Amino acid sequence: MPTHTFTLNGEKVTVDVEDDVRLLWVIRDMLGVTGPKYGCGINVCKACTCHINGKAFNPCSVPVGAIDEKDEITTIEGLAKGDELHPMQQAWIDRDVPQCGYCQPGQIMAAVAKVRQCQREGRDVDDEAIEEIRNICRCGTYNRIREAIKAGADNM
Amino acid sequence: MANHRFAPPKAKEPGTGLRAPVGRRKFLGYLVAAPTLVVAAEFTRQTVFDGPSASAAPIPSVPQTPEAYDLLDLLRDASRPTANLIRIEVNKDGTVSFALPRSDNGQGIVTSTQMIIAEEMGLEVDQVHVTLADARPELLFNQITGGSSTTFTTYTPIRVAAALAQMRLLDAAAQVLQQDVRTLTARSGLITGAAGRVLSYGDLTEAAASPVNEQVEVVLKPREDFRIIGKPHNKTDARDIVTGKKCFATDLQIPDALPTVICRAPDLNGTPDDVENIDEVRNMPGVTDVEVVSTGVAVRAKTFGQAIDGVRALRVQWNDGTVHGESDETILAKLKAAELPLAVPAGVGETVEHSFTFYFKSNSSLETNSAIADVRSDSAEIWGAMKNPVTAQAAIAKKLGLPQSAVTVHVTQGGGSFGRKLFWDAALEAAEVSQTMGKPVKLMWTRADDSRQGRVHPMATSRIRASVTKDSVLSYEQRHTSVSTDFTHGLGDAITATGARAPLGNLTFAESIFELTQVTPYDYGVSTRLLNEVEMGFNTSSMRNVYSPDVATARELVTDQLAAKVGQDPYEFRRQFLRNDRMRAVLDAVAKEGRWGRSMKDGTAQGIGFHTEYKGVSAALVEIDTRPDTVNRKIREGVTGPRVTRVTFAVEIGLVINPRGLEAQIMGGINDAIALILSSSLHLTDGHFVEASWDNYFYTRQWNTPPEMNIIILDSPGDEPGGAGEFGLAATCGAIACAYARATGKVPEYFPINHKDPFPFEPKPLVPPIPESPTDGLRYTY
Repeated sequence: MPTHTFTLNGEKVTVDVEDDVRLLWVIRDMLGVTGPKYGCGINVCKACTCHINGKAFNPCSVPVGAIDEKDEITTIEGLAKGDELHPMQQAWIDRDVPQCGYCQPGQIMAAVAKVRQCQREGRDVDDEAIEEIRNICRCGTYNRIREAIKAGADNM
Repeated sequence: MANHRFAPPKAKEPGTGLRAPVGRRKFLGYLVAAPTLVVAAEFTRQTVFDGPSASAAPIPSVPQTPEAYDLLDLLRDASRPTANLIRIEVNKDGTVSFALPRSDNGQGIVTSTQMIIAEEMGLEVDQVHVTLADARPELLFNQITGGSSTTFTTYTPIRVAAALAQMRLLDAAAQVLQQDVRTLTARSGLITGAAGRVLSYGDLTEAAASPVNEQVEVVLKPREDFRIIGKPHNKTDARDIVTGKKCFATDLQIPDALPTVICRAPDLNGTPDDVENIDEVRNMPGVTDVEVVSTGVAVRAKTFGQAIDGVRALRVQWNDGTVHGESDETILAKLKAAELPLAVPAGVGETVEHSFTFYFKSNSSLETNSAIADVRSDSAEIWGAMKNPVTAQAAIAKKLGLPQSAVTVHVTQGGGSFGRKLFWDAALEAAEVSQTMGKPVKLMWTRADDSRQGRVHPMATSRIRASVTKDSVLSYEQRHTSVSTDFTHGLGDAITATGARAPLGNLTFAESIFELTQVTPYDYGVSTRLLNEVEMGFNTSSMRNVYSPDVATARELVTDQLAAKVGQDPYEFRRQFLRNDRMRAVLDAVAKEGRWGRSMKDGTAQGIGFHTEYKGVSAALVEIDTRPDTVNRKIREGVTGPRVTRVTFAVEIGLVINPRGLEAQIMGGINDAIALILSSSLHLTDGHFVEASWDNYFYTRQWNTPPEMNIIILDSPGDEPGGAGEFGLAATCGAIACAYARATGKVPEYFPINHKDPFPFEPKPLVPPIPESPTDGLRYTY
């Protein structure tokens, strides 16, 4: 069986699994890292949003065989620096964003990447930028998500 | 300060002596024999709210049932005989533990329960541990999470137990310190004596424990002393959520419970007949087991990805489903045929008559139906987010052929429910699969399963006829006709669930729920509301309410038409016809804050709606933009359409435990309402639902949500909480529909308004039943 090695939340990991198994299941079912959630499996709901080398992506739609040994994958579990929360996580708590919480790991990872993208491109983190975020929140806490992204961006 | 309820010496009658609580009602609590302090409580009937005030409107309608006794009362009264089994334990570390017999799916009831206990016991919120109780059949009626009833039903018994616990701790401290109990103060779980000596609740829990079960009278903290209840509090699981630690059913690591997915039929509720290649699939990578079960063919594998691959490879012959060959049109025709007649003949005054259709809607939450089951020969252990675990336990036991007591049901935190998790579909299936395979399974419905085969909000029609003269409404009749809503979950116990399953039992139950929840809040003369339901083989359940959003949408649209008929402004008309001042207060609040009547550009408009339920009153004022540039704006694989640009919502709902939590629930309801009226529905075609995922079913997204939202919570004189979870929808649905009608000049006849538009997507195949996961995810990084 093929062996795959990559960095997950700062640690080198190696798994034995077929190339075509999507990375989400490798992370969740084999490595036991369950922050990224399944919500559709077809890159629509974005509940599994993580970072690859600092950029947002959806592991439900990436075969593990497409991941390189040099790739650094970050899930919500790897966003904070130890006990020190990332500013976006803190903004989420301050604004009391989550309801059920199922989509929120993906929402936060998407928000962080969107802010970084805006910063790279010299754009404001405004409503227009936020409306590019496709993550679904079925509890409908969108308005607090907006506030939190803007607040989090100010500290990034 | 907690000395308002310092206990008199034990031998005395409570309520005597210096600390007699003058005029304060007493409740019965129980000390439970245990090595540390354990208390329990039972209900005593409390006054809820004053009845409706006399109405000054022209032709008062007779009082309607929910104004005197509504669904919340029913749910509380059903829980009354056994609520004394709710227990609070004081731990040796000074914290307090309570297992809440309810299911939290994001509505924040764990947080509000912590607040209630902390308030009554003089603790900080984080000193109270609240977990979700396993299924407890001895609770009979008292373990259902539905009808927005949790806080209403549990508020008093939890307070009684908490008050008793603190009373005992203070008594124990008085004995230890050899001081008069009246000189002690309690704060943050510490009791301070006159000389400054401090004892913690943990120090005292053994001393305060009771060697025998004993009934004790207790009084509750008066509202004016509240320091936690009524103040905004953030959700206590927020840190776990934002760090990825919060654990949902599929996140649990139960030994050997491997990922399991079911291959389902193309028809709704189709069943497997024959599998052509079962051994081939058993030999696929990662696959451990493939077995035929009653709802399909179950594949268990090392990863969910491999289980899905196994499902996709199966070649199955299927039996027809329960609505084989049916479509939206055939179902609607059956509903029309079942509509109850309108009684007031047309022609008395001027008649306004409208008929509306509400199509099927998915109550899929973001966490799909999922459960873990470990079934052995003589016992079973089940994990899942269940709002109704006792009935689930009975159903699972029956399915497995085990006594109910041999089935342990653990209630996990849920990733949204909206009514879906009143049922236990995944748990029942997981139990069957585990028994068939002889192994533990972690069963998860895929999104396509959840969307196509999961429970739905039933299709319904609402027909209204009203007769109006120059300045009054003489009659108002509403006939709501619905595909039957499944109430076989009962009230959380086996008895009412069985009753609902009896012939016509479900219809009686449905009619009761309708009668207990629906009010026409306007003085419309002779006013009747009747429900008829038709059982047609669908998997249904409530969805952030059963009837109200649809009933209110129809009622508010007709109300605007009535206002037009008499030449009045929609707000002024409602104001005049609403039945009391409490109702008018929320209407006035949104009109003022939302600037009703401000000048709006062509193609944009305001709309206003009102709704009363859950012991509360609510109003919404929305602004909508239906101009072509807005409607036709492009979003990849997204539906845009008219945009609700601004929502002002006012609610008054009795005592509010956590205003921040209430605001969150209302916000969610508003975003749901936008989806229900404008964008999201299921289409039934040839015996199946077309929509298979979120790129087909258009729940509100960031690009649909209103840029401006203002939620106003009005102070209430009420001293009991109402229900929040579903309250944001009905008034908002009505307001959006009215705004849309005013912006476009056309009263919509069906909802959502885009239901008959061409699909903006290519329907996903029915066979295999799960779409393949893409492989190009790295192309969309940002």
